[in-house]
Amino acid sequence: MALLELNDVTIRFGGLTAVDKVNLQVEEGTIQALIGPNGAGKSTMFNLVTGIYAPTEGNISFGGERISGKEPYRIAAKGIGRTFQNIRLFSTLSVLENVLIGAHTRGRAGLGGAVCKYLPWVRREEGELQDWAVECLKQVDLVHRAYEPAASLPYGEQRRLEIARALAIKPRILLLDEPAAGMNPQEKQSLMQMIQAIRATGLTVFLVEHDMKFVMGISDRIAVLDYGVKIADGTPLEVRNNERVIEAYLGKGAGH
Amino acid sequence: MGAALHNFVGGMDPYFLQILVNIGIAIILALGLNVITGLTGQLSLGHAAFMSVGAFASALLTIKTGLPFSLNLLLAGSFTALIGILIGFPILRLTGDYLAICTLGFAEIVKVVFLNLDITNRALGLTVPPAKTDIPMPIVVWICALLAVVAVTFVQNSRFGRALKAIREDEIAAESMGINLTLYKLKSFALGTFLAGIGGALYGHFLSYINPSDFGFLKSVDILSMVVLGGLGSVPGAVIGASVLAAAPEFLRFMSQYRMLVYGALLVFLMVFRPNGLLGGVNFVDLVLRTLGKKPGLPLRTGQKEE
Repeated sequence: MALLELNDVTIRFGGLTAVDKVNLQVEEGTIQALIGPNGAGKSTMFNLVTGIYAPTEGNISFGGERISGKEPYRIAAKGIGRTFQNIRLFSTLSVLENVLIGAHTRGRAGLGGAVCKYLPWVRREEGELQDWAVECLKQVDLVHRAYEPAASLPYGEQRRLEIARALAIKPRILLLDEPAAGMNPQEKQSLMQMIQAIRATGLTVFLVEHDMKFVMGISDRIAVLDYGVKIADGTPLEVRNNERVIEAYLGKGAGH
Repeated sequence: MGAALHNFVGGMDPYFLQILVNIGIAIILALGLNVITGLTGQLSLGHAAFMSVGAFASALLTIKTGLPFSLNLLLAGSFTALIGILIGFPILRLTGDYLAICTLGFAEIVKVVFLNLDITNRALGLTVPPAKTDIPMPIVVWICALLAVVAVTFVQNSRFGRALKAIREDEIAAESMGINLTLYKLKSFALGTFLAGIGGALYGHFLSYINPSDFGFLKSVDILSMVVLGGLGSVPGAVIGASVLAAAPEFLRFMSQYRMLVYGALLVFLMVFRPNGLLGGVNFVDLVLRTLGKKPGLPLRTGQKEE
């Protein structure tokens, strides 16, 4: 059974069907990509999986459990970490704090624990959270920035910080929404290695990306979305030679 | 010990003492609003109304029951927090301007209710009997203020406080990190209104008279000014903002009828030159350490002993 399964997922906004009867299986331990022209519904798919939208029809299950219709914070707690297409860091907070907030579901100290911060279990938990946050920062090579405000980081590092924050939740699946957007070739290269290293730790990666070289180079499987409909799904090689994909990207007749 | 404290307080200039108490109460109120508006980012224009809930609850507790004042304070604060949660539940789904308007409306409702209830003596207001405690009121006020400073400082750097700050920065991202927005907003509201209730209870017992009209919109704006002046989200900022604005009308008294003009101008200048407030965006602990010539920033826990 696949880790993440979408069955006939449809969402309509008024008269617009943004995602239309999409079926998709993301297998555990793979890097699955989702591509498609602008406005194809890729980000909407991510928002459906993370619970920001509830599907109009169909259902989504994660680890065999139905998650569609649940609140985003519950879905996150089940082990789905995500980044955003338009960076959504907690910009006035420090890099470390951003990652500590990512680790929110790994602690349990509440208001009482905050006021009684010298209780042994509260101190121990806070220490464990800090250690874990540093561990996550190491994975994206940002430990040296720990005490700087997130907004002061250069663009590429902000993208990496978003990944660290998503990793801090200790997810089973990591959703990356255009992780390479706005990066230069060197940054893209190191990002690819970073994502492969993350996958090597047993994590499943599900990403949306526009950069074809990036997607082809890193993905195990690629699904293609066009006007909310899935038009192809397969290995990079299969997708590259798919008539309908070429047509969607380049228009009719482009494939000779 | 009670007698010694009374002698100590009795020996102080009553005018000066009153300013000190006003500052202490203002600090508690500003810290409460700082949790709601500064930390969690939820603009509330009804803080004085919660203060009045605490003031009346505590006054009635003193009149009707003979509870010791410490218990009375806790009950009044908890009752205010309960009202805060009840009010907060429907309105905290709103954001920004809409939330502000709702808190404003709620504050007016509270005022009108107190002006019309028999138990609060309608528009005549309540005369509050002396608090049942051996410790003189000014000392009680400052003990509460110090406890509030410590509690809010602890909250700010905890898992709980970080969740509140995440909500302030970006609700969608916060929710994607597994933070239950409604629950945390409510808890923040509960903590903030609890402090407002304590502040109100102390205010009533210190002045020994409360009237619903004392807790109007202007009072709420006063408290908000303290928080904004000091710097949203900063505990030392709230303390300084509360101290400056609680004391300013007294220090400016020599200007007689011009003092409110100067007070207003002071606010305008400050917002122009320090839009984030006096201590907004300043790490106070780092600042103090640096002034003392010490290296700021804690050593980073790397989780590995050899590093």
